[in-house]
Formats: sequence, structure tokens, C-alpha cells
Amino acid sequence: MPETTERENRHVQGLDALELQPARGKDDRNIAQVAGRIWSATWPKLAAIAIVLLSWQAVVWSGWRSEFVFPGPDKVLPTLFNEVTTPEFWTAVQVTMQRAFAGFALALVVGVLIGLAVSRFRPLRSAIGSLITGLQTMPSIVWFPFAMLLYGITESAIMFVIVLGAAPSIAGGLTSGIDYVNPSLLRAGQVMGLRGIQHYTLLIVPAALPMFVSGLKQGWAFAWRSLMAGELLVIINQQNSIGWALSQARQLNDAERLLSYIIIVLVIGIVIDVFFNWADRALRRRWGVSQD
Amino acid sequence: MTTATETPVGVEAVRVDDISKVFGSGRGAVTAIDGMSVHVDRGDFLAVVGASGCGKSTLLSLVAGLEEPTTGTVDVGDRKVAMMFQEAALFPWLTVGSNIEIPMRVNRVPKAERRRRVEELLELVRLQGMAKKRPHELSGGMRQRVALARALAQDADVLLMDEPFGALDAMTRDILHDELERIWRERNLTIIFVTHNVREAVRLGDRVVLLSSRPGRVIEEFTVEGERPRRIDSAGIAEQAAGITDRLREEVSRHA
Repeated sequence: MPETTERENRHVQGLDALELQPARGKDDRNIAQVAGRIWSATWPKLAAIAIVLLSWQAVVWSGWRSEFVFPGPDKVLPTLFNEVTTPEFWTAVQVTMQRAFAGFALALVVGVLIGLAVSRFRPLRSAIGSLITGLQTMPSIVWFPFAMLLYGITESAIMFVIVLGAAPSIAGGLTSGIDYVNPSLLRAGQVMGLRGIQHYTLLIVPAALPMFVSGLKQGWAFAWRSLMAGELLVIINQQNSIGWALSQARQLNDAERLLSYIIIVLVIGIVIDVFFNWADRALRRRWGVSQD
Repeated sequence: MTTATETPVGVEAVRVDDISKVFGSGRGAVTAIDGMSVHVDRGDFLAVVGASGCGKSTLLSLVAGLEEPTTGTVDVGDRKVAMMFQEAALFPWLTVGSNIEIPMRVNRVPKAERRRRVEELLELVRLQGMAKKRPHELSGGMRQRVALARALAQDADVLLMDEPFGALDAMTRDILHDELERIWRERNLTIIFVTHNVREAVRLGDRVVLLSSRPGRVIEEFTVEGERPRRIDSAGIAEQAAGITDRLREEVSRHA
């Protein structure tokens, strides 16, 4: 009997080992190959920057507008680096990012509450489900006149618009995440007796997470746009912020600073996007749904 | 758990009496099961075969208590019932070990105890050392063994299996038959195994119940001859399976 057990054991383990081995071999990587991989991932980005700078410079050279209103990268980039070294710049970024994170956090709370309520209560879904979709398509800037009427020229007006812009996407991501939980997982949970709070903590929430993160990413994009619009429209007591710096630069006809700040807005957007993409990829890898 | 081990063999573990199950109502109603009775003794391995629409899966849902029969009774006493499906349905965000822990978390088993039992269950399904892997890193057969370990973590006496090996290749399936048979004996389980593969049913079951389709009824019950462990490619199995397949074809032709 122990002999047959041993044989069966080897049989099972042999089959497992065969199944687990990668179908294609992997090459050993040396330093040169690693460097090559890094280079092949980097050069398209460098090339993209070069193309932008070159076409920008080309437009300037063509004399389409005077250099006073449309300076080239040779003027703007030094201004940008100058700007970055001043303390005012960092207060401006700090104020703006504080608003962004506070507004996004508020939108997160509102979005999650609405999303949970909508996915939990059917009548509510038919009632406000399409309303949420409708809100998502609205350019949030149209809310600003109303927000300023409600709250005056205050932070609250900006927060109000950020929440209106971002919360629908966050709520939408959460409800579709919950809606599309794999039915076989739901059935497995039911069979195992997952109920009440455990049904949510052990099954629904983690299962809905990837779509929720997509919703967060989209919500962030809306929040960031609303905030930039808000800082241009709602200028509170000359408080330094990226939006304020932009409108200042315009009033002073300082095209170099104006363009520097536009670049800053772009860079911040890209950095946050990289973060969300990283979170998204990490989740997918854990879930085993990514290709790499 | 303790009550079950004390129960002598020969006592009924599952008693399904004259049940029917109707889905929907009025003119659109569909009768999935009509007048079905199935009794399974403790420690028995019952295989259920039938063509599409015989209410195999509905029967399991009723025994598992996921649904109520329209008429008739389902009695499993105070036994715990676990269930496995064609897809392993492991939670992809959890490791293999954490997946097996879920039923124990539901039952409020302390953490240290959970860890110990995960190791023990993994050894039982011959996946020792795989606790830290994620489901997507495993093959289909290994995933089903994890699903089996997870079902056993429910401390169930009755295991319901809904075509659990239907999506696996033949070699893996044969091995899992041996494995299931071994674990069934070691753990003294009562199993109801639904399949559309007649040979598989004869390979595994003490008895094979053949169901009619639309509505599901028991047409005939066969007692499988032959010493265990059996081989799916043995002549005895093939011969008995052929007889059942003939009956099944007769039944299917009725719907032409």
C-alpha cells in the first residue's frame, strides 16, 4: 500500500510539475541586455519630447507670432527652471495640490456613498443611475457660476465643482465593479456561507477593486480639470496657486511664465496618471489578468 | 462534524423526497424537476447522469439549500454541505492558502488553527508548499484540487460536485478521479457527483442515477459492480457504461 501511495504521489506531482513549467524558455539577462531594455523603453519618450520641442521651435522660427507672445523653448525652459527654484512656485503648487487632494478625497467619500447606495437599492438605481451618467458628460465648468452664487468666491465653490465633476465617475466605477463581479465567485461565496459584512469585505470589495480604480482614475482627471478651471475663475484674495500664477502671467503678458506653468500642469497630470497606471497594473498582476 | 462521525454507516445522509421545482409562473413556467426522489447513505458515492435539461444542477442547489423545492422535501439533517463547480471559482486576489481559509473565516476559526489546517488540507490534495501561489499560476487540475481543499475546509460531511472535472484534459481527470476516491475514503465523505460523462459516473459511483430531461425525473438506478480502485479504461466499466449510455440515448431520442 505505501508503495502505491508513493507511486500515485509521484504521478500527481510529475503532472503538476509539467503543467507549471513555462512553455517558452527565458534567456539569462546580462547587464547589456538590461540596459538595452531600459533604453528601448525610454527612447520613444525622449523622441516624443524632442518632436514636441522641435515643432514648437519650428513654429517660432516660422515667425507666425512675435516671440513676445509666443516664445520658443529656448526662452521658456530657462524661465521654467528659474521658476521652479523660487519658494513662490512651491507654495503655488502646494496650494493647488492641497485643493486637488482635498477635493478628490471629498469626491471619493461622496462617490463611494452614492455608488454603494445605487448598487444596493434597485429603485434608486433606476431613479438616479442615468442621472449619474448624465452628470459625467457635463463639462464641470458650467457649474462655476452657480457655485460662486452659492458659496461666493471661496474654496467651497471650487470644492463643490470638483465633487460634482469627480464623484459621478467614482460612483460609476464602484457600481459597475459591483455589478460585474464574476457570478461564479458569487455562487462560491454563497456556498461557503459568506454573509453580511463578510460578503462585502471578503468578496464584493476586492472583486470590484479593479473597476473601482479605473473609476478613481477617471474621477481624478475630472477633478484636476475642474480644479484648473476653478482656479482661473475663482481667485480667492490673490492667493498664490497654479491657476492664479497662470492668470497673473497673462495679465502681465508674460508668455514665458504662462507657458512654464502650462508645462507644470501637464507634468503634474502625467505624474498622477503614472501613479494610477501603476496601481492598475499592480492590481491586474495580482488578479492574474495582465499579459505580462 | 462530530455528530456525523458518530453516525453509523448505512444511515441516510441526504434524503430527497418527491420534489419538484418550477421556475417562473403562468404560461412561461418551466418545470425543471418533477417527482424526483434520491436517497444517499452516509459515506456513499452517488453519481448522477443525464442529458441537458435534466435538472442536475437544480438538484444540487436544492440539496445545498441555495433554493427551496416547489413541492416535496430535502433533508440533510444537521449535516454541513459543501459544493464544487466546473470552474474552481477561487478568489483571484487571494493566495491559494487564503482561499482555503475563507470557509474557516466564515466559521470564526482562530488564525493559527486556520494556518495549520491549510497546511494539512494542501497535503491532502498533494499541493504542499503551494499556499503562497496565486490561482492564476496553477493549472486547471491544481485549481480544482484547491477548490476541493476549500470545500473540505467547510468541515462538510456531504460534498456536492457539479461536473467538477468537465473542463479538464483526460489525463488530469483520471488522476483526479483517483485523488477524489482516496479523499472520499479518508474523510468518510458522502458525495453526490453530477456529470454528463457516463464512464466517469461508473468509474466513481457506488450507484449511478440516470435522470430524464425536461422535466427531470429518476429513470433508473444502477449499482456499479467492481472492486475499487477502478480504472476508467477497464472492460467492466466500459461494459456497464455502455448499458447506461443506451438508456440515456433512448431518453434523449424521446425529445426528437
